Amino acid sequence: MAGANVVLLDFWPSSYGMRVKIALAEKGISYDCKQEDFGAKSSLLLEMNPVHKMIPVLIHNAKPICESLNIVQYIDEAWNHKPSLLPSDPYKRSQARFWGDYIDKNVYNSIKRIWTGKGDQEECKKQFIECLKTLKDELGDKPYFGGEEFGYVDVALVPFTSWFYTVETCGKLSIDEECPKLVAWVKRCMQKESVATALPHPHRIYAFALQYKQTHGVE
Amino acid sequence: MATNQEEVQLLGVVGSPFVCRVQIALKLKGVEYKFLEENLANKSDLLLKYNPVHKKVPVFVHNEKPIAESLVIVEYIDQTWNNNPILPSDPYQRALARFWSKFIDDKVVGAASKSVFTVDEKEREKNVQETLEGLQFLENEIKEKKFFGGEEIGLADIAGSFVAFWIPIVQEIAGLQLFTSEKFPNLYKWSQEFINHPVVKEVLPPREPLFTFFKARYETLTASK
Repeated sequence: MAGANVVLLDFWPSSYGMRVKIALAEKGISYDCKQEDFGAKSSLLLEMNPVHKMIPVLIHNAKPICESLNIVQYIDEAWNHKPSLLPSDPYKRSQARFWGDYIDKNVYNSIKRIWTGKGDQEECKKQFIECLKTLKDELGDKPYFGGEEFGYVDVALVPFTSWFYTVETCGKLSIDEECPKLVAWVKRCMQKESVATALPHPHRIYAFALQYKQTHGVE
Repeated sequence: MATNQEEVQLLGVVGSPFVCRVQIALKLKGVEYKFLEENLANKSDLLLKYNPVHKKVPVFVHNEKPIAESLVIVEYIDQTWNNNPILPSDPYQRALARFWSKFIDDKVVGAASKSVFTVDEKEREKNVQETLEGLQFLENEIKEKKFFGGEEIGLADIAGSFVAFWIPIVQEIAGLQLFTSEKFPNLYKWSQEFINHPVVKEVLPPREPLFTFFKARYETLTASK
């Protein structure tokens, strides 16, 4: 399929955008990536996602798909060759979706509160660590959340790990100390080309976070 | 596919819009199940065992395997029982159905509830605005269609049961004009089609006890101002 048929509207520090990039890479789909400027959203973004006006947006044959996990599921279904991102067994699929939903509801907000310094920091850090521990328990002894194979839940979570250095530095905590099994899982995922290419270096994310805080007067 | 009542269980409470979603899906598919009524003030060991992460209803149990989160459950039901499909087969149409279902959950359900059950006036007004914005997007999306799913109800319609049945009840209690036929004619028409759909009609809880329950909650909240 020609690259021009698949366009991704993205913003490079966004963990949500990274999810889509990983999924596209896993499937070997070529695409055009357009970077959005949050200070000045493009008319294309506003046209393709009038409801939320947010990235990521996947545009396939001129039709937009919004919401990152929705896009990942779409990619898995529209390009249904291997590797499959979601399991074929309905029960296992339901569990993958459940954990994707859990990650959506808990990870971004707890990370943001720590690096922006908003809210009761001790409470925020506690919540973040609890969330990681819940995820670590779900991972168990499996190499990936998907089991033997990298899958949907791994795709949903791993992008947030590019923000771990920022969270540790701003929050003065050590994720390795709190959740070594999860850190081992991150290293395993980073050995995959799709993940290593999609995730920016954690120091770049940290520099972005510092600049964001300065620009938005958050301290 | 024959199902024993014992193989399929639903932990829930009567009157929950989220539990209702699952019941609509099960009724559409003709699946028999055992309803285990929970007391949310005193959650059963079974609920805590089956949904340790959120400790909420609904929880769907099939052959002793539990699933939580209403929309996750509905998709599971759709994949397991193939008759009367809830999601379309085309990947793009599926993505749209999921998008609008999530939109209802993220942008309408919470805001509408907080429009009624919030004491702080500024907070309430903010949620009223958000609800109206959300309903407008739904109005624009439904247009002239009978259901979000087309000729038959689909995932977004099932997610929207909160809008069709619960919003009218709670807004009446609070004396709010959120969802009206004047403001949202297409969506209102959809809501009437939906609540009168033969399957949905049988599953929706009785209106009066629900009204009484929410009214009591509202009065307790506003009395404590």
